[in-house]
Amino acid sequence: MIHFVVHEEGDGVGVVVVEGIKAGQPLRGWIMEDDKDLEVTAKSDIPIGHKVALKDYKAGDTVIKYGVDIGKVVKPIGRGEHLHVHNVKTKRW
Amino acid sequence: MDLSKASFFGFKRENGRVGVRNHVLILPVDDLSNAAAQAVENNVKGALAIPHPYGRLQFGADLDLHFRTLIGAGCNPNVAAVVVICIEDTWAKKVADGIRATGKPVAHFGIEQHGDHDTIMRASKAAKEYVQWASELRREERPLKDLWVSTKCGESDTTSGCGANPTVGNAFDKMYPLGVTMVFGETTELTGGEHLVAARCRNDEVRKKFQFMFDRYQQVVERHKTSDLMDSQPTKGNIEGGLTTIEEKALGNIQKIGRKCVVDGVLDKAEVPNGPGLWFMDSSSAAAEMVTLCAAAGFVVHLFPTGQGNVIGNPILPVIKLSANPRTVRTMSEHIDVDVSGLLRKELSPDQAGDKLLECMFKTANGRLTAAEALGHREFVLTRLYESA
Repeated sequence: MIHFVVHEEGDGVGVVVVEGIKAGQPLRGWIMEDDKDLEVTAKSDIPIGHKVALKDYKAGDTVIKYGVDIGKVVKPIGRGEHLHVHNVKTKRW
Repeated sequence: MDLSKASFFGFKRENGRVGVRNHVLILPVDDLSNAAAQAVENNVKGALAIPHPYGRLQFGADLDLHFRTLIGAGCNPNVAAVVVICIEDTWAKKVADGIRATGKPVAHFGIEQHGDHDTIMRASKAAKEYVQWASELRREERPLKDLWVSTKCGESDTTSGCGANPTVGNAFDKMYPLGVTMVFGETTELTGGEHLVAARCRNDEVRKKFQFMFDRYQQVVERHKTSDLMDSQPTKGNIEGGLTTIEEKALGNIQKIGRKCVVDGVLDKAEVPNGPGLWFMDSSSAAAEMVTLCAAAGFVVHLFPTGQGNVIGNPILPVIKLSANPRTVRTMSEHIDVDVSGLLRKELSPDQAGDKLLECMFKTANGRLTAAEALGHREFVLTRLYESA
């Protein structure tokens, strides 16, 4: 079963595609563009559609998805944690 | 799917364009004419009124856009004939003359000096003749290239970018070589990925025009914003669905134009393309506004990916909804025409998902009602550029 998908190799986030992911759960991921598998353990409860961090981030880091910059980290995020508006902000506007 | 010999059954209009619906439109030019337009719709079965709240004391570019949108809606090949109603006769005639250029039957009525009752009676008589005349028109087989296809996504979430939007992109990549006329837009919703669209433009002239439209909309945001737009763009629904920043939303949005299509030209709002290929139209990212502009630009079928479940429809342009979010497909099934959630379970390949969408598009073009049509969604929303005088 695929728990999360990643657009391409090198992206720092995965998208959870099943409901009810809980902290502590081992997650199986699929890198769509490269058709590869990877695993990460959830460190937070993560709703469907929300992102799981695939690496450790510190404030000021850039998050890459689709191979492109999608914003800046404003609070440290650990691998497996929920990455969203509480720890990442736009660089525009 | 091999589209080289693909065809659909549509209504060929007087100007050579082909529609997939056969509406008799009751078109109010302004807010004051809505009551009469809706009364005519009630009197004549099969007539379709499209009420809206604007049209008084607009001026300059905003008024030009108002006329362009109304005339464009009437000219759309999904419309067989039009009854125009306005408080003032001269503006009723102006809109009617614009539509009449297509060669389709148009009648216009001014309310002043007549009142609602007399106007409704005369307009109803015209509408009845048109409805009966239109009911005799027959569909004929037409090549795929006669179909004009628009796209815009709504209530997007992260599944849009990895499932539903690339499915539209796959379909666009398959249709592009056949000379289909296609459009995308949502200017602010390219923010963070505008360089990717610029790189896809046919030549420097198109790129320069795209960049001008993009920068112009950024200036509107900069001029009026009171925050980083985190309440608006992404929307609360986008954020609920897991989208974090405008950049992430934009990169998902851009998946709709596939990987092979070239951006052949740039249109202002509600402007009609003058050739086949993929066009960018400067437009709001609000779903009903953008789809209305596509209808006004002459597009006859619309592909609408959604994540969290936008329920939009349009009175003139059939809106086909697809979603890759399994929760949305389960909880809002009555709104979803094409379920591509299998993409995220590796049960459906991108190629199969694209074909599934194209199959639904051909069925819709041949006359099958979309979910939005069956549910009565008729959101006709005019874009305003600034205050009335």
